[in-house]
Amino acid sequence: MSVFVWIELHKGQPIPASFEALGLARQLGDRVTGLVFGQGVDDAVKAAFAYGADTVIKADDASLARYRFEPYVALLAGLVKEHSPAIVLAAATTSGRELLAGAAADVGGGLLADVTELSLDGGKLKAVRPVLGGKVLSVEAVTADGPQFATLRNRAFPQPEPDAGRTGDVITVSPALAEDAIAAKVDSVESAAGQISLSDANIIVAAGRGVGGPEGFAPVKALAEVLGGAVGASRAAVDAGWIPYEHQVGQTGKVVSPDLYIAAGISGAIQHQAGMRTAKVIVAINKDPEAPIFKLARYGMVGDLFDILPRLTEEFRKKLNK
Amino acid sequence: MHVAVITNCTPDTAAAVAIDSGGNLKFDDKLVVNPWDEYAITEAILLKEAHSGQVSIITLGGPEHEEALKHGLAIGCDQAIRIWDDALQGWDSLAYASAVAAAITKLGGVDLVIFGKELPDIASEAHIFQTARRLGWSPLGFVAKIEAIDPAARTIRVRRQVESGTETVTSRLPAVISVIKDINEPKYPTFIGIRKAAKASIPVWKLADLGLDAAAVAPKTRRLAYQDLPKREGAVEIIDDPAALVDKLLEDKVI
Repeated sequence: MSVFVWIELHKGQPIPASFEALGLARQLGDRVTGLVFGQGVDDAVKAAFAYGADTVIKADDASLARYRFEPYVALLAGLVKEHSPAIVLAAATTSGRELLAGAAADVGGGLLADVTELSLDGGKLKAVRPVLGGKVLSVEAVTADGPQFATLRNRAFPQPEPDAGRTGDVITVSPALAEDAIAAKVDSVESAAGQISLSDANIIVAAGRGVGGPEGFAPVKALAEVLGGAVGASRAAVDAGWIPYEHQVGQTGKVVSPDLYIAAGISGAIQHQAGMRTAKVIVAINKDPEAPIFKLARYGMVGDLFDILPRLTEEFRKKLNK
Repeated sequence: MHVAVITNCTPDTAAAVAIDSGGNLKFDDKLVVNPWDEYAITEAILLKEAHSGQVSIITLGGPEHEEALKHGLAIGCDQAIRIWDDALQGWDSLAYASAVAAAITKLGGVDLVIFGKELPDIASEAHIFQTARRLGWSPLGFVAKIEAIDPAARTIRVRRQVESGTETVTSRLPAVISVIKDINEPKYPTFIGIRKAAKASIPVWKLADLGLDAAAVAPKTRRLAYQDLPKREGAVEIIDDPAALVDKLLEDKVI
């Protein structure tokens, strides 16, 4: 069974979730093709082989330098029509979800979006997907014949061990659209440089109403920095204007599943839980011992976050020699 | 300018949900307008105020979704349409997109289609990008701000928020956009608006009205059942000493 995996690049390097997709592709099929689109992609091609691709189809062109819907969908849909893979996978990032939706529309294929489990049942994909803001799971299956598409939630599938010695055939293809046939032009990009993306983070330190104001995030950021983690926030803190929306975790923000989620001054409304309940270990720090967040947490500390966070930061600094 | 906004009702984010032994979903509270769509409807009205023209509001679903249409009419949408047909029962994203795209084509003269970021029931935004693809228009997803619309030059410039940062993109009209929470402060209906909307008669467009047959909207995926989330195991362990917590986390190998 042939599986295509779109390898998503960020600054020329594959994102970790694309490796997770390659790992799953090897379990589902016996021929894995990595699709690498971009400009100057040779390192990414090597990485695709190291993480499990048997073959790589590469398109290296200025018109593909940054992900855009139209040229990427046209290229992917064309390759799917030409090679008829049984399955097409990508990470469920904003780009991956758009791209596979567009390509599935073009080839008339079934799509299972943002899945946390994926298996084959009689040759058809079957998935588990969190729905309704993560409050319940939906079990869904592809019913139609033809190529089947699925996007995989970040960190829901294990990342395979790379093997730098692996290699294979590289097929070079041209873009499907000329630049003047593409309606969307990217005028400028403000990169979220220096910050660890919430969706990719192993460790997240998040805070809510309890920080009391924008300056209250200082001890939160200090702890995140020592741990090499990202800073999250509850809706209450974002709505109050204390921290930008891109930090919001929850039903109307990002859904994350880090190894460690430290929730400080967050009561744990059901909408917030929806965004973080799949974290491996949750630590709750709250003045109110009855706060719902303690029901999710493995460890809890009852007290003032302004007292506890600096002491935790100091302890980590000592133990991690930072 | 003619703006079409696409909306649905959805269970309230605060509603408790339960799953019966047959894997069916049960929830107590009534449906509400998809919270993401409130931004989409408001943005459509703001565009009408800025550029004049009209706003059409469209849903796909049973009569329970008319509430979202009436909400839009009460805020200032000019006409509402409900798409429904027995053949749409069990729709998937592509069926939804095919029917909505056909309705937009039937309306004619639409310059911009606005969706809320996602439909929480299906936890997906695939139908948005597939609608754009069916129309052959460019989709701009996750829009945090419409920077400019030039109806004469037929262009739109938006700021999109994606994982890697914020992109400013210019595209041609007609276009399809999906909007996120940052874009505006949702408008709420006035009493007069609500009274006017209550009296509106809302046409139902069936597949035949859209020039589609059942095969064109045959779903390609199917929901088998709902399942409860796995329970998180064990009770919380309350720790007083930060050093003890650090040791536990190091033992758990999550650092």
